[in-house]
Amino acid sequence: MSGFDIAAALVKVLLVFGVTMLTIMLMTLAERRVSAFMQYRLGPNRVGFGGLLQPLADGLKFLLKEDIIPTQANRPIYLLAPVIVMVPALMTMAVIPFGAPLQIGEHLVPLQVADLNIGVLYILALTSVGVYGLVLAGWGSGSKYPLLGGLRASAQLISYELAMGLSIIGVVMLTGGLTFGEIIAYQQETGWNIWKQPLAALIFLIAIFAETNRLPFDLTEAEQELVGGYHTEYSSLKFAMFYLSEYANMITASAFMVSLFFGGWDVPFVDELAMGGWGVALSVLAFVVKVGFFLFLYIWVRWTFPRFRYDQLMRLGWKVLLPLALVNVVLTGFWLVWRAGA
Amino acid sequence: MTTALFYLFSIFLLGSALFVVLNRHPVYSVVMLVFSFANLAGIYFLLEAYFIGILQVLVYAGAIMVLFLFVVMLLNVSPERPRARWVPLDRWWFGAVALVFVISLGALLVRGVGQLPSARSEVPDGFGGITQIAEALFSRYLLPFETAALLLTVALVGTVFLAKRKI
Repeated sequence: MSGFDIAAALVKVLLVFGVTMLTIMLMTLAERRVSAFMQYRLGPNRVGFGGLLQPLADGLKFLLKEDIIPTQANRPIYLLAPVIVMVPALMTMAVIPFGAPLQIGEHLVPLQVADLNIGVLYILALTSVGVYGLVLAGWGSGSKYPLLGGLRASAQLISYELAMGLSIIGVVMLTGGLTFGEIIAYQQETGWNIWKQPLAALIFLIAIFAETNRLPFDLTEAEQELVGGYHTEYSSLKFAMFYLSEYANMITASAFMVSLFFGGWDVPFVDELAMGGWGVALSVLAFVVKVGFFLFLYIWVRWTFPRFRYDQLMRLGWKVLLPLALVNVVLTGFWLVWRAGA
Repeated sequence: MTTALFYLFSIFLLGSALFVVLNRHPVYSVVMLVFSFANLAGIYFLLEAYFIGILQVLVYAGAIMVLFLFVVMLLNVSPERPRARWVPLDRWWFGAVALVFVISLGALLVRGVGQLPSARSEVPDGFGGITQIAEALFSRYLLPFETAALLLTVALVGTVFLAKRKI
């Protein structure tokens, strides 16, 4: 590794981390403003221009709140849980390419923190580790409601992970590779995967809503039944960590969706690689716009649909999405064989 | 760099494994076992076996240990009699069992070390990649692979049957 590579890697790590944090802040504001817009009211618009500084005010308030540790809590587990949730949530963005490779002098810098040869599995593995945080938070709080919330959260995440993983397999079969680089290059050549794997895309979209615990699947924090879910007993910065990781997970899930089914940073009918610096800028812009659309979709759905009942959620996951995902894998297999024969 | 990381992962791995065995609190033990799996995955990564490493995290740490945690959490070990925080190590049979284990492991190591390729040998291209593993699984080891799949299906059906008499 030359000095240039190390410097480039550092810059990329800081950039991805900074942009993710900034997007989380903007999302907390957007959630409130958009929901207000949908309910015909104004929302927070006093702090800064149009309420832009509201997230900072919220963060400050989180910092200044009293940090309460319940006496019934199991202290080490209680303190560990928010960390287990937050670290994987922030690590997953590392494998997602956010633009066409950038040419600096004689170096070609891929706009992606780490190009692992198992990129897709890396995200699945880290999200499955995040489940521990929810279970341990629920158990470690030493209280009934968080325990129920934690159990629900883990059952939900494990159930929808299956459908999510199987819906990705269709894309991986078409591409023949697990890296995001290959998946995006394949989509540039032959068109976006949404046209070839519409069923997988739909299953994946539903599954990521469930994976990020968002409405209509936010059973884990159903206020009417559970007070607040697994983080009921958390306050101050520890609650903020759960809150941040929820939004970080939404950003990763949107970026994952865009990379798998919507061409990643690809702009259709445009050869970004031939356009030099402008092509790179265009590709980054395309990626941001696409991810932004899915983030908006998250908010849109949240303020439009009511919540599922728990048994409905489980039935949807195991009896509808999982079989459909399996059918999709089989159909893709037949299609690949047919194409190879033709 | 690689050597330093290897020692770091190994120390964490062995330390957390010891904690799993010696600690009396079942939930702490599960958490430390997950941590040791993560470090094992780190060692696989150092060996360039990325796929195996990620499977270690995805399957063992991500799926199987969650079930362990459920069982341990919901069993809720009763605090009736006062229990020591750590497993007492003064029972003679602990030592005896450990001795048998260490001897057999040592014998295995002594026999195995001679057959290992030297550390400087070249890693073939694409080693440990998903393609190579798939080729091995679906050609040379197809029968054991399919048998294992069948066995798992039988176990799954059996579990559902036992747990839910009325379906």
